[in-house]
Amino acid sequence: MTVKTPLYEEHVALEGRIVDFAGYFLPVQYPTGVIAEHMAVREKAGLFDVSHMGEVTFKGRDALANINRIFTNDYTNLKIGKVRYGVMCYENGGCVDDLIVYRRGEDDFFVVVNASNRFKDVEWIKEHLEGEVEFEDVSDSYAQIALQGPLSGEILGKYTELPERYYSYIDSEILGKKVIVSQTGYTGEYGFEIYCAPEDAPEIWREILKDERVIPCGLGARDTLRLEASMPLYGHEMDETITPLETGLDYGVKMNKEFIGRDAIAAKTDNRHRIGIKVTGRGIAREHCDVYMNGEKIGHTTSGTHCPYLKGAYAMALVDQAYEPGTKLEVDVRGRRIEGEVTALPFYKRGQK
Amino acid sequence: MKTPEELKYSKTHEWVRFISETEAEVGLSDFAQDALGDLVFVNLPEPDAEAVKGETICDVESVKAVSDVYAPVSGTVTEVNEELLDAPEKINSDPYGAWLFRLTDVSDTDDLMDAEAYKAHCEAEAH
Repeated sequence: MTVKTPLYEEHVALEGRIVDFAGYFLPVQYPTGVIAEHMAVREKAGLFDVSHMGEVTFKGRDALANINRIFTNDYTNLKIGKVRYGVMCYENGGCVDDLIVYRRGEDDFFVVVNASNRFKDVEWIKEHLEGEVEFEDVSDSYAQIALQGPLSGEILGKYTELPERYYSYIDSEILGKKVIVSQTGYTGEYGFEIYCAPEDAPEIWREILKDERVIPCGLGARDTLRLEASMPLYGHEMDETITPLETGLDYGVKMNKEFIGRDAIAAKTDNRHRIGIKVTGRGIAREHCDVYMNGEKIGHTTSGTHCPYLKGAYAMALVDQAYEPGTKLEVDVRGRRIEGEVTALPFYKRGQK
Repeated sequence: MKTPEELKYSKTHEWVRFISETEAEVGLSDFAQDALGDLVFVNLPEPDAEAVKGETICDVESVKAVSDVYAPVSGTVTEVNEELLDAPEKINSDPYGAWLFRLTDVSDTDDLMDAEAYKAHCEAEAH
């Protein structure tokens, strides 16, 4: 079943090219095209409908203990008003999903998960709850809009106070409507995500788009932006067969505490590594291309495309060991071996021109 | 959506401009470039390559995906448009100027459509 987000009519009116993504009708691009949308976010501002994202809440005396046991990061010292990344693992150390946690109160957490994993995540969490905790899937009560780009603060600041720091949030109002505004995003750029009631989303969306410096952006640009910023995506850089350490998420995995999957991750000795590849030959390496070094297969690409801001083809790959930047390798693209070299992640970092 | 009257078209959205009875230029239609989105890479055929009608002759890539280009007729490649290697976006901005390759000894032309028939074909495909 495919459902419409609260902004569906807006996408149609803006002539978005609608596709079915994770069970939601969403625009892959607008008539401006993926490259213009990507560049808008790097240089000015772009507006995304990310209402498909799932939201769940943990409340009660044992809420913290539950998220600390089910998620890989440690949320004990997460302050109210702050946001922290994490992963949820199976017993074998593979990933159920990755997520971000908002601390709403001492015993109150708001967690954002991937749309494509929502129902699986909810099942998994319910099976592992312990003690006094009230868990709820509140996805259908929230729309989410992301305003991303260097001008996003100036633009959104016309309507509301802003959270001052990266990975923090405030409760506020936009056009008299209750919202949560966080300084978060999935583009590698300065920007904000706005959570609101579904019925309030169209008015907020239209109001922000009145500013000529903003253009609407689709899923296509969302993917090229996150890839250019080397942010992992579930189903690509991580899945049930890949541990979060293999994909380089060490900062979000606290091995000095107990969590589901910890022992398997600690015991694993044949860890692979996520590397970045810049394609130096002619062509574009996409996902599932075999990667070779000196004729030996060392792994495969997990995502890859032409990165519009960097103006070149880049890919991320999961390979047998860590390699130094500059190491030459080859990628098999539809039967053709194309030259590339190992490049430090992230490919793009904000502020680097 | 432009579909110039003087060109012929294939069901797979290539256009053919006849230079003489046996020589032709091939490119991608406006409908094709719009459906593909921003093109960022072109893999052209080798000069002297044999084009066999209906078979893959080269490919083009958008940020999202790689797409095969099919030979709309049979023939032998005499020339490729190397300008596109560094400027694949010309296929988006000027689809009927951005020819991909030229053919000689052109044959198997029976299935080509005129502009009117091709427009109807695109409309059917868009729904």
